[in-house]
Amino acid sequence: MSRQALMRLAHFSLAVLLVAFGFAASATEIPLSERKSGYEFMGPQSRAMQDDDTANPGMLSVFDGEALWNAKTGATNQSCAGCHGDATQSMKGAAARYPAFNASRGRPLDLEGQINLCRADRQQASPFAYESRELLALTAYVARQSRGMPIEPTIDARTQPFLDAGRAIFDLRQGQLNLSCAQCHDDQWGQRLAGTVIPQGHPTGYPQYRLEWQSLGSLQRRLRNCLVGMRAEPYAVGAPEYVDLTLFLMWRARGMKFEAPAVRP
Amino acid sequence: MARALINVPAKAKPGEVIAIKTLMSHIMETGFRHSSTGDAIPRDIITSFVCSYDGAEVFRADLYPAISANPYLTFFTTATKSGPMTFEWRGDNGFVAKETAEIVVE
Repeated sequence: MSRQALMRLAHFSLAVLLVAFGFAASATEIPLSERKSGYEFMGPQSRAMQDDDTANPGMLSVFDGEALWNAKTGATNQSCAGCHGDATQSMKGAAARYPAFNASRGRPLDLEGQINLCRADRQQASPFAYESRELLALTAYVARQSRGMPIEPTIDARTQPFLDAGRAIFDLRQGQLNLSCAQCHDDQWGQRLAGTVIPQGHPTGYPQYRLEWQSLGSLQRRLRNCLVGMRAEPYAVGAPEYVDLTLFLMWRARGMKFEAPAVRP
Repeated sequence: MARALINVPAKAKPGEVIAIKTLMSHIMETGFRHSSTGDAIPRDIITSFVCSYDGAEVFRADLYPAISANPYLTFFTTATKSGPMTFEWRGDNGFVAKETAEIVVE
């Protein structure tokens, strides 16, 4: 082996050791008082973009969602407003309580799941595809009604098993990098991964407008992003694992302010 | 379909410099990308934006493929008199969107 190759090997081993030691400490939960929304890790320009409703591109979808809310559709020719009335009243705080347990499905549903359930059962219309413009718009419109309210998913005997399942996924080392969510978002938040700050991973503003995406996207899309980054196999689109993980993340962010539609880099 | 967000101050004093903010929903597809099956995705962008204040053009911009989706344009003008401000975006595939905002100057 040449001297150069040996040096390279030495450098590589050192890097592996550093990574191993850096992540050696077992994940510890972030104390409630030290939790920070991704908003606090952003620059002033991105914050201003989120705060101004005429500059926040997520609001374009919110207005699209308002139109969909009032549009009659499906075999029953029923609109969302037909049952739920004025969303600014009836949907206040709703998104901050999701995922919520659905008795007919026997498991919690996220907001997207609930909207599609309503479409299938009440409107007798075909469900929207995940990440479709329509589903994002309706979700954004409903989520917008909870802006500024505290996140408070209901944890009881029925949802506890799903919360535990979500926590297990959060702590599970997976992928070729053998990483868990907790290793970055509990242990290394505030550090940098290449040029970007590692946030704590609180889902305070979904669906959110990511500048990188140039569009609105759901939490499931963000989670798939993370899984691909860990070189793990993402769960299938709409898989229940995402809902369990969402429930855990919302519980982890309990009491934090809901800010949908958020803007993130 | 095309939805815009416009922020023009409702009132201004004569001679006051006012900020105008516009956000237009558009995918701004560059024309340089390919689909998963290898087909070229045709260009679909906004190519021009014009703002007229009381009939006179006060701001114009040409847009190019490197501009991101949902273009946000903000600019300044001097408030002269009350009247409508019209905004017009034009682009590929015959895209035209027009919006109007009223400003009161007194």
